[in-house]
Amino acid sequence: MEALDLARWQFGITTVYHFIFVPLTIGLAPLVAVMQTAWVRTGNERWLRLTKFFGKLFLINFALGVVTGIVQEFQFGMNWSEYSRFVGDVFGAPLAMEALAAFFIESTFLGLWIFGWDRLNKRVHLACIWAVAVAVNLSAFFILAANSWMQHPVGARYNPETGRAEMESIWAILANNTLWAAFPHAVAAAFLTAGTFVAGIAAWWMVRLVRTRRPESVELARNVYRPAVVLGTVVMLVSGAGVALTGDVQGKLMFEQQPGKMASAEALCTGEEAAAFSILTIGDLSNSCEGVRHILEVPGLSSYLGTGKFSGEDSYLPGVDDVQTEYAERFGETDEAGNPISYTPNLAVTYWSFRLMIGFAAGSALLALAALWFTRGGRVSGNPWFARIAIAAIPTPFLASSFGWIFTEVGRQPWVVAPNPTGIDQIRLLTMQGVSTVVSPAMILTSMIVFTLLYGVLGVIWYRLIHRYAVEGVPSTVRDESPEAAGDDETDRPLSFAY
Amino acid sequence: MDLAIVWFVIIAILWTGYFVLEGFDFGVGMLMSLLPRGDAAHREKERRVLVNSIGPVWDGNEVWLITAAGATFAAFPEWYATLFSGFYLPLLAILVALIVRGVAFEYRGKISDAVWARRCDIAIQVGSWVPAILWGVMFANLVRGVQLDDGHQYVGGLAALLNPFALLGGLTTLVLFLLHGTVFVALKTDGPIRARARRFAGVLTLVALAVAGVWALWTQVMFSPAWTWVVVIAGALALVGVLRTNRAGREGYAFGLSAVTIVAAVVLIFGSMFPDVMPGLDGGSSLSIAEAASTPYTLTVLTWVAVALTPVVILYQGWTYWVFRRRLTVDHIPAPAGLTWKKIKDAAF
Ligand code: HDD
Ligand code: HEM
Ligand code: HEM
Repeated sequence: MEALDLARWQFGITTVYHFIFVPLTIGLAPLVAVMQTAWVRTGNERWLRLTKFFGKLFLINFALGVVTGIVQEFQFGMNWSEYSRFVGDVFGAPLAMEALAAFFIESTFLGLWIFGWDRLNKRVHLACIWAVAVAVNLSAFFILAANSWMQHPVGARYNPETGRAEMESIWAILANNTLWAAFPHAVAAAFLTAGTFVAGIAAWWMVRLVRTRRPESVELARNVYRPAVVLGTVVMLVSGAGVALTGDVQGKLMFEQQPGKMASAEALCTGEEAAAFSILTIGDLSNSCEGVRHILEVPGLSSYLGTGKFSGEDSYLPGVDDVQTEYAERFGETDEAGNPISYTPNLAVTYWSFRLMIGFAAGSALLALAALWFTRGGRVSGNPWFARIAIAAIPTPFLASSFGWIFTEVGRQPWVVAPNPTGIDQIRLLTMQGVSTVVSPAMILTSMIVFTLLYGVLGVIWYRLIHRYAVEGVPSTVRDESPEAAGDDETDRPLSFAY
Repeated sequence: MDLAIVWFVIIAILWTGYFVLEGFDFGVGMLMSLLPRGDAAHREKERRVLVNSIGPVWDGNEVWLITAAGATFAAFPEWYATLFSGFYLPLLAILVALIVRGVAFEYRGKISDAVWARRCDIAIQVGSWVPAILWGVMFANLVRGVQLDDGHQYVGGLAALLNPFALLGGLTTLVLFLLHGTVFVALKTDGPIRARARRFAGVLTLVALAVAGVWALWTQVMFSPAWTWVVVIAGALALVGVLRTNRAGREGYAFGLSAVTIVAAVVLIFGSMFPDVMPGLDGGSSLSIAEAASTPYTLTVLTWVAVALTPVVILYQGWTYWVFRRRLTVDHIPAPAGLTWKKIKDAAF
């Protein structure tokens, strides 16, 4: 394989992997903060037990989010150095801001939170987890600002002398409408992930305890796990609606900004009015239009997603062939080496990842409905089906997020910086132009193998720890460790938490 | 003043922050086998003292690296691109080291098992020794100069990076970080481990004087402007100061002075690179600050951000050190709270 293919595979693998941990971190930090706030305000021990329980799961997850993030940052320079040269003047700024404004807060205040239970005043300690919760969301904002600029470059000019993009306005970059659609969508997806995680684990526990029929277990289910199910369900319902609404906004923008992505999301070969949304399609994977046959369709829905109209002239969606023709005219039919350029992303991947992203939302939806039903009117449930749905639902939003990114990123191909239809034509970069020229395929292959093996091992450990600590349940006893409760300030008590 | 030069200085400050802070937690990681004594149970407790002395802060320290790299990308895209693609394999090794180290810190206590703890200790040690050497190798090469083509691409290959000057540079950062970590342990612990750390720090200071001294003189004579003599002398005096304050039991001063030595090393390095960010080897094609820099607008934006946020970061990080100022002893270490290995295994499907 060539360096380009290897670098792309490596980026795909490491980034999708990083984004397994990211949505749970982003969504769970605020939820743990809410639980701890409930404890500090009401003094009800159930919230402290839940804080400790989900806090531990949060930390297990956070660790891998951190270590895989550093790889992401270094990779731009290591594998994509020509890309970095081209965009650095613009793209580096949000990355640097992310580190200064978000990562420092995240890591410092998380350290204070973990080790600070017996060192900090209760309210100060609570403020630490809120600082983390705000910072992880801030970091999402800045990194998505960088990514949105690649999807839709604004606020930059082209310097013909250096052949580089240069920043013209940081405000334009931070006000990019692509960003303001992608950020709420990705954050809503993260909250959906965390809401499903909390409700799923708590529901499983509730069923398990109720089935023992021991009064004290049923009491535990009612008193501790049920509130967590309710909290998770509310978060799922709100963020689920948020995901759908913001996804709709993204669809409309995508239609204007990257018509090729829209066309391939629907595997639409030639332009159509009232284009249908197909649920099932067969075709060969040759990335050509000939083999595509739609089997099950919802009339007009694709047109609606892109244009807001189900039918009529305004509902026209261009097809991949139209986009190919238009781009070939504007940006050339061949590359420097004289090979023809295909302006069509991989149809099968784009088409299916779009559907899988939306489809996997069904897992959370099912759990939310089940939870509404089984906990109605203050009830606790021992129905085994509720537990099964709960466990099955937990991975679905993770999968939906991964497919969302695969769709966004693969659909942008062959561009790494997609041209802005209303912007400056020279600000565009093909993915193949972005790869490092001095790095040999053997080197990239080495790093790819190393990361894949290492990530594989870490993934197993992460899963087992999360799984086992979830099965362990909330701690049976908790105590108020704060210095004001202990009374004896600055003593030689052992650490309340230690590695 | 020229904004590009301001940013060269800011990048140097970020690296200084990184080496001063993560320098000591690398050092503590390296000590995991060197310092603890006694029977197996006691050694384990002492190792936990070491890990917990940096537990609340190591991640915050590492963000200085993330910021230094991000700021280099933003302020000097050419430098970032050439350096990171050129020094590919050393950076890969550093990444792997930082990954296993971070995971080992966080997961060590999650499973209460002797074999697991041993494995994590290996990860912590490999993860601390490797970057402590490789950062020195990398920066020594930047001082010495590297082979660039006219398009600012690094074309020297891997073997060229492993020259004697660079290897001695790696040894220098290694010894300085180890010393810095040992002094930190003396400052942050109490009881027998503190006494041992102080004794060891005394020996290490002499080693550091020899190794870092030779490297600094080599640098100064071959690659540096005259003014950095001041820095070399200041660094040497600081080391002598470490020796004396450590002997006198004034660990706070000793730690401050070993930090000064590290600052001196970074100033010497950046001072010798100036006005290039990647000097050419033997006067060959080089990459200068001006050629590598972003546009004035971008640098202005970055300056506002850095000026507004860096002091705040220093304030709250400083506060963290204050919150966790208490010295740790083996008596402060609670019983292991992790799950047993058997439980973890039973949970797998
Ligand atoms: C939408 C959110 C999002 C996205 C798209 C990415 N990340 Fe990330 N990243 C986070 C959200 C996040 C986070 C939630 O802030 C993390 C996860 C766990 C954590 O500690 O912080 C994080 C951690 C994290 C860290 C470690 C920070 C630390 O030590 O505290 C780095 C260096 C990066 N990321 C860099 C990147 C880069 C260069 C990406 C682009 C390919 C990227 N991340 C994608
Ligand atoms: C965390 C969520 C993300 C995921 C899961 C993801 C996934 C992917 C995938 C699968 C590719 C490969 C596409 C292909 O080559 O066909 C890709 C490419 C790329 N992405 Fe992302 N991405 C994410 C976020 C980002 C962000 C935030 C940035 C920038 C800040 C980014 C920058 C890039 C670049 C530079 C490429 C080009 C390399 C390539 O085409 O392979 N990605 N991404
Ligand atoms: C209700 C149906 C949904 C619609 C209509 C929708 C729509 C979209 C669209 C159009 C994009 C691509 C944006 C672009 O490339 O410009 C996208 C990306 C994405 N989607 Fe969805 N989505 C839906 C559900 C979900 C769900 C359930 C999740 C995860 C739980 C999710 C997670 C993501 C992620 C992480 C991305 C990539 C990041 C981004 O561009 O924001 N989506 N979605």
